[in-house]
Amino acid sequence: MTDSGTEGGPADFAGRTLCPGGGSGALLVLSEPLSFWGGTDRKTGLIIDAHHPQHGGSLAGRVLVMAASRGSSSSSSVLAEQIRAGVGPAAVLLTARDAIVALGALAAAELYGTHVPVVLLDAGASSRLGRRNGATATVRAGADGRAGVVLDQAPAAGLPPRSREPA
Amino acid sequence: MLDGGRGPGTAMAMRMVVALAGVLGAERLIPITGAHIDSCLYHGQAGLDFAQRLAGLGAAVAVPTTLNVSSLDLMHPGLVRLPPADAVPARALMDAYRALGARATWTCAPYQLAQRPALGEDIAWAESNAIVFANSVLGARTERYGDFIDICAAITGRVPHAGLHLPEHRVPTLVLDCSALPAALLAEEAVWAALGDVVGRRSGTGIPLLTGIDPAVADEDRLKALGATAASSGGVALFHVAGVTPEAVAAAGDPAWSALPAAAVTTGMLRAARDELSTAGPSAPLDAVALGTPHFSVREFGKLAAALEGRPAFHPGCTVWINTSREVLAQAREAGLVQPAEERGARIVVDTCTYITPILGPEERTVMTPSGKWAWYAPMNLGVDVVFGTLSECLDSACAGKVVRDDGQWN
Repeated sequence: MTDSGTEGGPADFAGRTLCPGGGSGALLVLSEPLSFWGGTDRKTGLIIDAHHPQHGGSLAGRVLVMAASRGSSSSSSVLAEQIRAGVGPAAVLLTARDAIVALGALAAAELYGTHVPVVLLDAGASSRLGRRNGATATVRAGADGRAGVVLDQAPAAGLPPRSREPA
Repeated sequence: MLDGGRGPGTAMAMRMVVALAGVLGAERLIPITGAHIDSCLYHGQAGLDFAQRLAGLGAAVAVPTTLNVSSLDLMHPGLVRLPPADAVPARALMDAYRALGARATWTCAPYQLAQRPALGEDIAWAESNAIVFANSVLGARTERYGDFIDICAAITGRVPHAGLHLPEHRVPTLVLDCSALPAALLAEEAVWAALGDVVGRRSGTGIPLLTGIDPAVADEDRLKALGATAASSGGVALFHVAGVTPEAVAAAGDPAWSALPAAAVTTGMLRAARDELSTAGPSAPLDAVALGTPHFSVREFGKLAAALEGRPAFHPGCTVWINTSREVLAQAREAGLVQPAEERGARIVVDTCTYITPILGPEERTVMTPSGKWAWYAPMNLGVDVVFGTLSECLDSACAGKVVRDDGQWN
Protein backbone atom coordinates (compact mmCIF):
# COMPACT_ATOMS: atom_id res chain seq x y z
CA MET A 1 0.00 0.00 0.00
CA THR A 2 1.16 3.50 -0.76
CA ASP A 3 1.72 6.08 1.91
CA SER A 4 -0.91 8.80 1.69
CA GLY A 5 1.64 11.50 2.34
CA THR A 6 -0.45 12.89 5.16
CA GLU A 7 -0.48 12.28 8.88
CA GLY A 8 -1.98 9.03 10.11
CA GLY A 9 0.40 6.51 8.57
CA PRO A 10 -0.09 4.30 5.58
CA ALA A 11 -3.37 4.48 3.71
CA ASP A 12 -5.36 1.34 3.05
CA PHE A 13 -6.22 2.75 -0.37
CA ALA A 14 -4.25 5.37 -2.28
CA GLY A 15 -5.90 7.77 -4.69
CA ARG A 16 -5.58 11.14 -6.39
CA THR A 17 -6.93 14.38 -4.99
CA LEU A 18 -9.69 16.03 -7.01
CA CYS A 19 -10.59 18.40 -4.14
CA PRO A 20 -8.29 18.67 -1.11
CA GLY A 21 -9.61 18.09 2.39
CA GLY A 22 -10.19 15.57 5.12
CA GLY A 23 -13.19 13.80 6.57
CA SER A 24 -14.43 10.56 8.07
CA GLY A 25 -17.68 8.69 8.35
CA ALA A 26 -19.45 5.48 7.51
CA LEU A 27 -19.08 4.32 3.92
CA LEU A 28 -22.21 4.68 1.79
CA VAL A 29 -21.66 2.66 -1.36
CA LEU A 30 -23.88 3.75 -4.26
CA SER A 31 -24.52 0.94 -6.70
CA GLU A 32 -25.60 3.35 -9.46
CA PRO A 33 -24.61 6.91 -10.45
CA LEU A 34 -26.60 9.62 -8.67
CA SER A 35 -27.78 13.06 -9.81
CA PHE A 36 -27.57 15.37 -6.79
CA TRP A 37 -30.00 17.71 -8.60
CA GLY A 38 -33.40 16.07 -8.66
CA GLY A 39 -32.03 12.91 -7.01
CA THR A 40 -31.25 14.30 -3.55
CA ASP A 41 -32.96 16.80 -1.26
CA ARG A 42 -30.85 19.94 -0.98
CA LYS A 43 -32.16 20.68 2.52
CA THR A 44 -31.83 17.22 4.11
CA GLY A 45 -29.25 15.30 2.06
CA LEU A 46 -31.69 12.41 1.58
CA ILE A 47 -31.64 10.39 -1.66
CA ILE A 48 -35.09 11.07 -3.14
CA ASP A 49 -34.64 9.50 -6.61
CA ALA A 50 -37.30 6.79 -6.45
CA HIS A 51 -35.46 4.74 -9.09
CA HIS A 52 -32.14 4.76 -7.23
CA PRO A 53 -31.20 1.57 -5.34
CA GLN A 54 -30.16 3.62 -2.27
CA HIS A 55 -33.41 5.66 -2.28
CA GLY A 56 -34.18 6.84 1.25
CA GLY A 57 -30.56 6.81 2.41
CA SER A 58 -28.88 9.94 3.73
CA LEU A 59 -25.66 11.49 2.41
CA ALA A 60 -25.13 13.45 5.61
CA GLY A 61 -21.78 12.71 7.21
CA ARG A 62 -21.16 9.64 5.04
CA VAL A 63 -18.15 8.76 2.92
CA LEU A 64 -19.79 8.31 -0.48
CA VAL A 65 -18.38 5.68 -2.81
CA MET A 66 -19.67 6.08 -6.38
CA ALA A 67 -18.45 5.70 -9.93
CA ALA A 68 -19.57 9.18 -10.96
CA SER A 69 -22.51 11.53 -10.75
CA ARG A 70 -25.15 11.61 -13.45
CA GLY A 71 -27.13 14.21 -15.32
CA SER A 72 -27.49 17.91 -14.68
CA SER A 73 -24.55 20.21 -13.95
CA SER A 74 -26.89 21.90 -11.42
CA SER A 75 -25.75 19.04 -9.18
CA SER A 76 -22.65 21.12 -8.31
CA SER A 77 -24.89 23.75 -6.67
CA VAL A 78 -26.93 21.16 -4.81
CA LEU A 79 -23.82 19.47 -3.38
CA ALA A 80 -22.34 22.82 -2.31
CA GLU A 81 -25.64 23.76 -0.68
CA GLN A 82 -25.77 20.45 1.22
CA ILE A 83 -22.20 21.01 2.47
CA ARG A 84 -23.16 24.54 3.56
CA ALA A 85 -26.23 23.27 5.38
CA GLY A 86 -24.28 20.50 7.14
CA VAL A 87 -26.16 17.68 5.42
CA GLY A 88 -23.56 16.87 2.76
CA PRO A 89 -21.22 13.89 2.61
CA ALA A 90 -18.02 13.84 4.73
CA ALA A 91 -16.02 12.73 1.66
CA VAL A 92 -16.64 11.49 -1.88
CA LEU A 93 -14.66 8.65 -3.50
CA LEU A 94 -15.04 8.36 -7.30
CA THR A 95 -13.66 6.23 -10.12
CA ALA A 96 -14.14 8.95 -12.77
CA ARG A 97 -12.75 12.49 -13.01
CA ASP A 98 -16.18 13.91 -12.27
CA ALA A 99 -16.02 17.71 -12.63
CA ILE A 100 -19.58 18.22 -11.35
CA VAL A 101 -18.89 16.64 -7.95
CA ALA A 102 -15.44 18.22 -7.65
CA LEU A 103 -16.73 21.73 -8.44
CA GLY A 104 -19.47 21.48 -5.81
CA ALA A 105 -16.89 20.58 -3.16
CA LEU A 106 -14.38 23.18 -4.44
CA ALA A 107 -17.01 25.94 -4.29
CA ALA A 108 -18.02 25.00 -0.74
CA ALA A 109 -14.35 25.03 0.31
CA GLU A 110 -13.88 28.46 -1.28
CA LEU A 111 -17.02 29.90 0.34
CA TYR A 112 -17.22 28.29 3.75
CA GLY A 113 -13.78 26.82 4.43
CA THR A 114 -15.40 23.38 4.69
CA HIS A 115 -12.96 21.07 2.91
CA VAL A 116 -14.88 17.95 1.89
CA PRO A 117 -12.32 15.75 0.11
CA VAL A 118 -13.08 14.36 -3.34
CA VAL A 119 -10.76 11.52 -4.34
CA LEU A 120 -10.21 9.57 -7.54
CA LEU A 121 -9.70 5.84 -6.92
CA ASP A 122 -8.88 3.08 -9.37
CA ALA A 123 -11.64 0.60 -10.10
CA GLY A 124 -10.03 -2.14 -8.02
CA ALA A 125 -9.85 -0.02 -4.87
CA SER A 126 -13.39 1.17 -5.37
CA SER A 127 -14.62 -2.39 -5.80
CA ARG A 128 -12.88 -3.52 -2.59
CA LEU A 129 -14.32 -0.53 -0.70
CA GLY A 130 -17.70 -1.35 -2.18
CA ARG A 131 -17.73 -4.55 -0.12
CA ARG A 132 -17.29 -2.60 3.15
CA ASN A 133 -20.51 -0.59 3.10
CA GLY A 134 -21.14 0.88 6.57
CA ALA A 135 -17.51 0.60 7.75
CA THR A 136 -15.93 3.78 9.08
CA ALA A 137 -13.44 5.39 6.71
CA THR A 138 -11.09 8.33 7.13
CA VAL A 139 -10.19 10.22 3.95
CA ARG A 140 -7.29 12.63 3.53
CA ALA A 141 -6.72 14.38 0.21
CA GLY A 142 -3.61 16.52 0.07
CA ALA A 143 -3.12 19.63 -2.03
CA ASP A 144 -0.07 17.85 -3.53
CA GLY A 145 -2.44 15.49 -5.34
CA ARG A 146 -1.87 12.48 -3.09
CA ALA A 147 -4.88 11.07 -1.26
CA GLY A 148 -5.61 8.07 0.92
CA VAL A 149 -8.44 6.22 2.60
CA VAL A 150 -7.98 4.37 5.92
CA LEU A 151 -10.64 1.92 7.07
CA ASP A 152 -11.38 1.49 10.75
CA GLN A 153 -10.67 -2.18 11.42
CA ALA A 154 -13.18 -2.38 14.27
CA PRO A 155 -16.71 -3.44 13.37
CA ALA A 156 -18.89 -0.48 12.57
CA ALA A 157 -20.67 -0.58 15.93
CA GLY A 158 -22.99 2.16 17.07
CA LEU A 159 -24.08 3.20 13.61
CA PRO A 160 -27.75 3.91 13.21
CA PRO A 161 -29.49 1.13 11.30
CA ARG A 162 -29.88 1.83 7.57
CA SER A 163 -32.63 -0.52 6.65
CA ARG A 164 -32.54 0.13 2.90
CA GLU A 165 -28.89 -0.76 2.53
CA PRO A 166 -27.40 -4.22 2.09
CA ALA A 167 -25.78 -5.60 5.23
CA MET B 1 -4.56 36.34 -12.13
CA LEU B 2 -3.98 33.86 -9.29
CA ASP B 3 -1.76 36.31 -7.42
CA GLY B 4 -4.51 38.90 -7.21
CA GLY B 5 -3.00 41.28 -9.76
CA ARG B 6 -6.44 41.61 -11.32
CA GLY B 7 -8.20 41.77 -7.97
CA PRO B 8 -9.29 39.22 -5.37
CA GLY B 9 -12.50 38.29 -7.25
CA THR B 10 -10.60 37.31 -10.39
CA ALA B 11 -8.09 35.42 -8.22
CA MET B 12 -10.96 33.41 -6.68
CA ALA B 13 -12.33 32.59 -10.14
CA MET B 14 -8.87 31.59 -11.33
CA ARG B 15 -8.41 29.24 -8.36
CA MET B 16 -11.56 27.41 -9.51
CA VAL B 17 -10.44 27.24 -13.15
CA VAL B 18 -6.98 25.94 -12.18
CA ALA B 19 -8.56 23.40 -9.82
CA LEU B 20 -10.79 22.16 -12.64
CA ALA B 21 -7.73 21.80 -14.87
CA GLY B 22 -6.30 19.51 -12.18
CA VAL B 23 -9.53 17.50 -11.97
CA LEU B 24 -9.56 17.02 -15.76
CA GLY B 25 -5.81 16.41 -16.03
CA ALA B 26 -5.32 19.40 -18.36
CA GLU B 27 -1.80 20.77 -18.66
CA ARG B 28 -2.67 24.32 -19.66
CA LEU B 29 -5.46 26.86 -19.99
CA ILE B 30 -6.76 28.35 -23.25
CA PRO B 31 -8.57 31.65 -23.92
CA ILE B 32 -12.31 31.76 -24.70
CA THR B 33 -14.32 34.25 -26.74
CA GLY B 34 -17.59 34.08 -24.81
CA ALA B 35 -19.56 32.42 -22.03
CA HIS B 36 -23.12 31.36 -21.24
CA ILE B 37 -24.04 31.09 -17.55
CA ASP B 38 -26.48 28.58 -16.04
CA SER B 39 -25.60 29.38 -12.40
CA CYS B 40 -28.25 32.13 -12.41
CA LEU B 41 -30.98 29.53 -11.74
CA TYR B 42 -31.56 29.36 -7.98
CA HIS B 43 -30.69 26.07 -6.26
CA GLY B 44 -30.08 27.31 -2.72
CA GLN B 45 -28.02 29.72 -0.64
CA ALA B 46 -24.61 28.40 -1.76
CA GLY B 47 -25.14 29.50 -5.36
CA LEU B 48 -26.16 32.98 -4.21
CA ASP B 49 -23.22 33.20 -1.78
CA PHE B 50 -20.82 32.29 -4.62
CA ALA B 51 -22.09 34.98 -7.00
CA GLN B 52 -22.28 37.63 -4.28
CA ARG B 53 -18.76 36.77 -3.07
CA LEU B 54 -17.37 37.21 -6.60
CA ALA B 55 -19.27 40.47 -7.08
CA GLY B 56 -18.30 41.73 -3.64
CA LEU B 57 -14.63 41.06 -4.41
CA GLY B 58 -14.94 43.25 -7.51
CA ALA B 59 -14.92 40.55 -10.18
CA ALA B 60 -16.44 41.18 -13.63
CA VAL B 61 -16.72 39.10 -16.78
CA ALA B 62 -13.82 39.47 -19.22
CA VAL B 63 -15.66 38.12 -22.31
CA PRO B 64 -19.20 38.67 -23.71
CA THR B 65 -21.44 36.65 -21.41
CA THR B 66 -25.11 35.66 -21.71
CA LEU B 67 -27.40 34.40 -18.95
CA ASN B 68 -29.54 31.27 -18.98
CA VAL B 69 -33.10 31.10 -17.65
CA SER B 70 -33.72 32.13 -14.05
CA SER B 71 -36.47 31.02 -11.66
CA LEU B 72 -38.58 34.15 -12.31
CA ASP B 73 -40.36 35.94 -15.18
CA LEU B 74 -39.55 39.59 -14.56
CA MET B 75 -41.77 40.78 -17.44
CA HIS B 76 -44.88 39.07 -16.07
CA PRO B 77 -44.82 39.56 -12.26
CA GLY B 78 -47.07 37.16 -10.39
CA LEU B 79 -46.87 34.47 -13.05
CA VAL B 80 -44.36 32.37 -11.09
CA ARG B 81 -45.84 30.90 -7.91
CA LEU B 82 -42.59 30.68 -5.91
CA PRO B 83 -42.91 31.36 -2.17
CA PRO B 84 -41.05 34.51 -1.03
CA ALA B 85 -38.44 32.35 0.76
CA ASP B 86 -37.29 31.22 -2.71
CA ALA B 87 -38.37 34.17 -4.88
CA VAL B 88 -36.37 36.77 -2.92
CA PRO B 89 -32.98 34.97 -3.13
CA ALA B 90 -33.75 33.93 -6.74
CA ARG B 91 -34.14 37.63 -7.61
CA ALA B 92 -30.97 38.50 -5.69
CA LEU B 93 -29.12 35.85 -7.72
CA MET B 94 -30.26 37.46 -10.98
CA ASP B 95 -29.08 40.85 -9.69
CA ALA B 96 -25.68 39.41 -8.70
CA TYR B 97 -25.03 38.05 -12.20
CA ARG B 98 -25.96 41.38 -13.77
CA ALA B 99 -23.57 43.08 -11.33
CA LEU B 100 -20.83 40.76 -12.63
CA GLY B 101 -21.38 42.22 -16.10
CA ALA B 102 -23.37 39.45 -17.80
CA ARG B 103 -26.16 40.40 -20.26
CA ALA B 104 -29.73 39.96 -18.99
CA THR B 105 -30.66 37.59 -21.81
CA TRP B 106 -32.38 35.00 -19.53
CA THR B 107 -32.62 32.34 -22.21
CA CYS B 108 -31.65 28.68 -22.60
CA ALA B 109 -31.26 29.32 -26.36
CA PRO B 110 -28.43 31.89 -26.58
CA TYR B 111 -27.79 30.57 -30.11
CA GLN B 112 -31.02 32.34 -31.16
CA LEU B 113 -29.62 35.76 -30.16
CA ALA B 114 -28.19 38.10 -32.78
CA GLN B 115 -24.58 37.50 -31.73
CA ARG B 116 -23.42 33.92 -31.53
CA PRO B 117 -20.10 32.06 -31.68
CA ALA B 118 -18.59 30.96 -34.98
CA LEU B 119 -17.05 27.72 -36.22
CA GLY B 120 -13.92 26.76 -34.28
CA GLU B 121 -14.27 29.35 -31.49
CA ASP B 122 -13.50 28.14 -27.96
CA ILE B 123 -16.30 29.15 -25.58
CA ALA B 124 -17.51 28.21 -22.10
CA TRP B 125 -21.21 27.43 -22.26
CA ALA B 126 -23.39 25.83 -19.64
CA GLU B 127 -26.92 24.35 -20.06
CA SER B 128 -26.97 20.99 -21.84
CA ASN B 129 -29.14 22.00 -24.84
CA ALA B 130 -27.04 25.13 -25.46
CA ILE B 131 -23.81 23.11 -25.19
CA VAL B 132 -24.93 20.49 -27.71
CA PHE B 133 -26.23 23.15 -30.14
CA ALA B 134 -23.04 25.23 -29.94
CA ASN B 135 -20.80 22.22 -30.52
CA SER B 136 -22.91 20.50 -33.16
CA VAL B 137 -24.74 23.15 -35.17
CA LEU B 138 -22.39 26.13 -34.79
CA GLY B 139 -19.14 24.13 -34.64
CA ALA B 140 -17.94 26.19 -31.68
CA ARG B 141 -16.06 24.28 -28.98
CA THR B 142 -17.26 23.93 -25.41
CA GLU B 143 -16.96 21.30 -22.71
CA ARG B 144 -20.00 20.48 -20.56
CA TYR B 145 -19.65 23.45 -18.21
CA GLY B 146 -22.04 24.02 -15.35
CA ASP B 147 -22.57 25.69 -12.05
CA PHE B 148 -19.71 27.76 -10.53
CA ILE B 149 -17.21 27.11 -13.33
CA ASP B 150 -19.27 28.90 -16.01
CA ILE B 151 -18.94 32.29 -14.30
CA CYS B 152 -15.31 31.62 -13.31
CA ALA B 153 -14.46 30.96 -16.97
CA ALA B 154 -16.27 34.19 -17.97
CA ILE B 155 -14.34 36.23 -15.37
CA THR B 156 -10.91 34.78 -16.21
CA GLY B 157 -11.57 34.30 -19.94
CA ARG B 158 -9.87 30.92 -19.59
CA VAL B 159 -10.79 27.22 -19.52
CA PRO B 160 -8.72 24.03 -19.16
CA HIS B 161 -7.40 22.65 -22.46
CA ALA B 162 -9.41 19.43 -22.22
CA GLY B 163 -12.40 17.50 -23.50
CA LEU B 164 -14.31 18.89 -26.47
CA HIS B 165 -11.87 21.78 -26.90
CA LEU B 166 -9.46 19.22 -28.42
CA PRO B 167 -10.18 18.33 -32.08
CA GLU B 168 -9.32 14.67 -31.48
CA HIS B 169 -12.16 14.45 -28.95
CA ARG B 170 -14.72 15.70 -31.49
CA VAL B 171 -14.53 12.76 -33.89
CA PRO B 172 -17.69 10.60 -34.02
CA THR B 173 -17.74 7.35 -32.05
CA LEU B 174 -20.78 5.71 -33.68
CA VAL B 175 -22.96 6.00 -36.79
CA LEU B 176 -26.77 6.09 -36.64
CA ASP B 177 -28.20 5.44 -40.10
CA CYS B 178 -31.45 7.39 -40.55
CA SER B 179 -31.97 6.58 -44.25
CA ALA B 180 -35.06 4.47 -43.44
CA LEU B 181 -36.91 7.54 -42.07
CA PRO B 182 -39.21 9.13 -44.69
CA ALA B 183 -38.52 12.84 -45.36
CA ALA B 184 -42.22 13.60 -44.76
CA LEU B 185 -41.92 12.18 -41.24
CA LEU B 186 -39.07 14.58 -40.53
CA ALA B 187 -41.29 17.60 -41.24
CA GLU B 188 -42.29 17.80 -37.55
CA GLU B 189 -40.01 19.11 -34.74
CA ALA B 190 -41.46 16.53 -32.34
CA VAL B 191 -40.27 13.72 -34.62
CA TRP B 192 -36.76 15.19 -34.33
CA ALA B 193 -37.19 15.25 -30.55
CA ALA B 194 -38.17 11.56 -30.66
CA LEU B 195 -35.11 10.94 -32.84
CA GLY B 196 -33.06 12.79 -30.19
CA ASP B 197 -34.42 10.45 -27.52
CA VAL B 198 -33.26 7.45 -29.57
CA VAL B 199 -29.89 9.11 -30.26
CA GLY B 200 -29.36 9.90 -26.56
CA ARG B 201 -30.19 6.38 -25.42
CA ARG B 202 -27.95 4.84 -28.11
CA SER B 203 -25.04 7.24 -27.65
CA GLY B 204 -24.77 7.81 -23.89
CA THR B 205 -21.90 10.31 -23.67
CA GLY B 206 -20.50 9.26 -27.07
CA ILE B 207 -20.49 11.33 -30.26
CA PRO B 208 -23.01 10.10 -32.84
CA LEU B 209 -22.82 10.72 -36.59
CA LEU B 210 -26.30 10.68 -38.14
CA THR B 211 -26.36 9.68 -41.80
CA GLY B 212 -29.07 9.43 -44.45
CA ILE B 213 -30.88 12.69 -43.59
CA ASP B 214 -31.83 15.01 -46.47
CA PRO B 215 -30.04 18.33 -45.69
CA ALA B 216 -33.10 20.21 -47.01
CA VAL B 217 -35.25 19.08 -44.05
CA ALA B 218 -32.72 19.89 -41.29
CA ASP B 219 -33.39 23.44 -40.05
CA GLU B 220 -32.08 24.87 -36.77
CA ASP B 221 -35.36 24.34 -34.88
CA ARG B 222 -35.23 20.65 -35.70
CA LEU B 223 -31.56 20.31 -34.81
CA LYS B 224 -32.38 22.15 -31.56
CA ALA B 225 -35.11 19.60 -30.75
CA LEU B 226 -32.79 16.70 -31.60
CA GLY B 227 -29.92 17.97 -29.44
CA ALA B 228 -32.01 19.03 -26.45
CA THR B 229 -33.63 15.61 -26.19
CA ALA B 230 -30.39 13.71 -26.82
CA ALA B 231 -28.81 15.72 -23.99
CA SER B 232 -31.73 14.73 -21.72
CA SER B 233 -32.03 11.00 -22.47
CA GLY B 234 -28.24 10.63 -22.77
CA GLY B 235 -25.26 12.83 -22.08
CA VAL B 236 -24.77 13.93 -25.68
CA ALA B 237 -22.75 17.17 -25.92
CA LEU B 238 -21.88 16.90 -29.62
CA PHE B 239 -23.53 15.20 -32.59
CA HIS B 240 -22.82 15.36 -36.29
CA VAL B 241 -25.26 15.10 -39.22
CA ALA B 242 -23.65 14.10 -42.52
CA GLY B 243 -24.02 16.86 -45.09
CA VAL B 244 -25.57 19.24 -42.54
CA THR B 245 -23.47 20.17 -39.49
CA PRO B 246 -20.26 22.09 -40.21
CA GLU B 247 -17.68 19.61 -38.93
CA ALA B 248 -19.40 16.74 -40.75
CA VAL B 249 -19.38 18.74 -43.99
CA ALA B 250 -15.67 19.55 -43.54
CA ALA B 251 -14.81 15.93 -42.67
CA ALA B 252 -16.37 14.35 -45.78
CA GLY B 253 -13.97 11.61 -46.85
CA ASP B 254 -11.87 11.78 -43.63
CA PRO B 255 -10.77 8.20 -42.79
CA ALA B 256 -11.10 8.89 -39.04
CA TRP B 257 -14.83 9.28 -39.69
CA SER B 258 -15.28 5.86 -41.28
CA ALA B 259 -15.31 2.26 -40.02
CA LEU B 260 -17.35 3.22 -36.95
CA PRO B 261 -19.85 0.94 -35.22
CA ALA B 262 -23.21 1.53 -36.90
CA ALA B 263 -26.90 0.99 -36.16
CA ALA B 264 -30.06 1.79 -38.09
CA VAL B 265 -32.85 4.04 -36.78
CA THR B 266 -36.37 2.96 -37.76
CA THR B 267 -39.79 4.62 -37.73
CA GLY B 268 -40.80 2.04 -35.12
CA MET B 269 -38.05 3.28 -32.81
CA LEU B 270 -39.39 6.84 -33.10
CA ARG B 271 -42.92 5.67 -32.24
CA ALA B 272 -41.53 3.75 -29.26
CA ALA B 273 -39.68 6.90 -28.13
CA ARG B 274 -42.91 8.89 -28.49
CA ASP B 275 -44.68 6.41 -26.21
CA GLU B 276 -41.82 6.30 -23.70
CA LEU B 277 -41.89 10.09 -23.47
CA SER B 278 -45.62 9.96 -22.55
CA THR B 279 -46.84 9.13 -19.04
CA ALA B 280 -50.57 9.58 -19.74
CA GLY B 281 -52.76 7.59 -22.11
CA PRO B 282 -54.06 8.86 -25.46
CA SER B 283 -57.62 9.45 -24.19
CA ALA B 284 -56.65 11.64 -21.23
CA PRO B 285 -58.46 14.94 -20.60
CA LEU B 286 -56.00 17.75 -21.27
CA ASP B 287 -55.27 20.72 -18.96
CA ALA B 288 -52.37 22.43 -20.70
CA VAL B 289 -49.96 22.46 -23.65
CA ALA B 290 -46.28 23.38 -23.15
CA LEU B 291 -44.39 24.91 -26.10
CA GLY B 292 -40.97 26.51 -26.26
CA THR B 293 -38.57 24.15 -24.43
CA PRO B 294 -35.90 25.11 -25.40
CA HIS B 295 -37.13 28.68 -25.89
CA PHE B 296 -39.23 29.32 -29.01
CA SER B 297 -37.45 30.95 -31.96
CA VAL B 298 -38.89 33.65 -34.24
CA ARG B 299 -39.19 30.98 -36.93
CA GLU B 300 -41.14 28.72 -34.54
CA PHE B 301 -43.57 31.58 -33.77
CA GLY B 302 -44.01 31.82 -37.55
CA LYS B 303 -44.66 28.09 -37.89
CA LEU B 304 -47.16 28.30 -35.01
CA ALA B 305 -48.98 31.28 -36.54
CA ALA B 306 -49.27 29.41 -39.86
CA ALA B 307 -50.55 26.27 -38.12
CA LEU B 308 -53.21 28.30 -36.28
CA GLU B 309 -54.79 29.66 -39.47
CA GLY B 310 -58.35 28.36 -39.66
CA ARG B 311 -58.25 26.94 -36.13
CA PRO B 312 -60.68 28.13 -33.42
CA ALA B 313 -59.73 29.49 -29.98
CA PHE B 314 -58.13 27.07 -27.53
CA HIS B 315 -60.51 25.21 -25.21
CA PRO B 316 -61.05 27.30 -22.02
CA GLY B 317 -59.99 24.34 -19.87
CA CYS B 318 -56.64 24.01 -21.64
CA THR B 319 -53.93 26.65 -21.28
CA VAL B 320 -51.28 26.88 -24.00
CA TRP B 321 -47.96 28.06 -22.52
CA ILE B 322 -45.15 29.35 -24.75
CA ASN B 323 -41.66 29.90 -23.31
CA THR B 324 -39.33 32.26 -25.15
CA SER B 325 -36.73 34.96 -24.60
CA ARG B 326 -37.44 38.69 -24.38
CA GLU B 327 -35.34 39.33 -27.48
CA VAL B 328 -37.15 36.73 -29.61
CA LEU B 329 -40.54 37.83 -28.25
CA ALA B 330 -39.91 41.44 -29.28
CA GLN B 331 -38.88 40.40 -32.80
CA ALA B 332 -41.80 37.98 -33.22
CA ARG B 333 -44.29 40.53 -31.91
CA GLU B 334 -42.91 43.14 -34.29
CA ALA B 335 -43.47 40.68 -37.14
CA GLY B 336 -47.05 39.98 -36.00
CA LEU B 337 -46.28 36.30 -35.29
CA VAL B 338 -47.29 36.19 -31.59
CA GLN B 339 -50.81 37.65 -31.83
CA PRO B 340 -52.52 34.61 -33.50
CA ALA B 341 -51.59 32.46 -30.50
CA GLU B 342 -52.46 35.11 -27.92
CA GLU B 343 -55.84 35.78 -29.56
CA ARG B 344 -56.64 32.10 -29.08
CA GLY B 345 -55.71 32.23 -25.39
CA ALA B 346 -52.01 31.33 -25.29
CA ARG B 347 -49.91 32.61 -22.37
CA ILE B 348 -46.34 33.82 -22.94
CA VAL B 349 -43.53 33.12 -20.45
CA VAL B 350 -40.10 34.80 -20.67
CA ASP B 351 -36.88 34.70 -18.60
CA THR B 352 -37.67 31.21 -17.28
CA CYS B 353 -39.40 27.98 -18.34
CA THR B 354 -42.55 26.10 -17.33
CA TYR B 355 -40.68 22.92 -16.34
CA ILE B 356 -38.25 24.40 -13.81
CA THR B 357 -40.34 26.78 -11.70
CA PRO B 358 -43.97 26.71 -10.48
CA ILE B 359 -46.09 28.42 -13.16
CA LEU B 360 -48.73 25.84 -13.97
CA GLY B 361 -51.70 25.86 -11.59
CA PRO B 362 -52.58 22.94 -9.31
CA GLU B 363 -55.43 22.02 -11.67
CA GLU B 364 -53.04 21.56 -14.61
CA ARG B 365 -52.27 17.86 -14.16
CA THR B 366 -52.05 16.49 -17.71
CA VAL B 367 -49.93 18.41 -20.18
CA MET B 368 -49.19 17.81 -23.86
CA THR B 369 -45.92 18.92 -25.42
CA PRO B 370 -43.89 18.51 -28.63
CA SER B 371 -40.72 19.04 -26.52
CA GLY B 372 -38.73 15.94 -25.66
CA LYS B 373 -36.89 17.84 -22.95
CA TRP B 374 -40.11 19.04 -21.30
CA ALA B 375 -41.53 15.51 -21.49
CA TRP B 376 -38.35 14.11 -19.97
CA TYR B 377 -38.12 16.43 -16.92
CA ALA B 378 -41.59 17.81 -16.12
CA PRO B 379 -43.07 14.63 -14.59
CA MET B 380 -40.14 14.56 -12.11
CA ASN B 381 -40.00 18.33 -11.47
CA LEU B 382 -43.71 19.15 -11.40
CA GLY B 383 -45.42 15.83 -10.76
CA VAL B 384 -47.57 16.23 -13.90
CA ASP B 385 -48.53 13.62 -16.48
CA VAL B 386 -47.24 14.22 -20.00
CA VAL B 387 -48.46 13.35 -23.48
CA PHE B 388 -45.77 13.80 -26.11
CA GLY B 389 -46.96 14.70 -29.63
CA THR B 390 -46.39 16.84 -32.69
CA LEU B 391 -47.26 20.55 -32.77
CA SER B 392 -50.40 19.91 -34.83
CA GLU B 393 -51.47 17.12 -32.45
CA CYS B 394 -50.92 19.57 -29.56
CA LEU B 395 -52.98 22.30 -31.28
CA ASP B 396 -55.82 19.91 -32.21
CA SER B 397 -55.83 18.75 -28.59
CA ALA B 398 -55.70 22.30 -27.17
CA CYS B 399 -58.77 23.24 -29.23
CA ALA B 400 -60.63 20.06 -28.26
CA GLY B 401 -59.67 20.13 -24.58
CA LYS B 402 -58.62 16.49 -24.78
CA VAL B 403 -55.79 14.51 -26.33
CA VAL B 404 -56.21 14.10 -30.09
CA ARG B 405 -53.74 11.80 -31.82
CA ASP B 406 -52.83 11.74 -35.52
CA ASP B 407 -50.95 8.50 -36.05
CA GLY B 408 -50.46 9.44 -39.69
CA GLN B 409 -47.72 11.83 -38.53
CA TRP B 410 -45.78 8.99 -36.95
CA ASN B 411 -45.67 6.52 -39.87
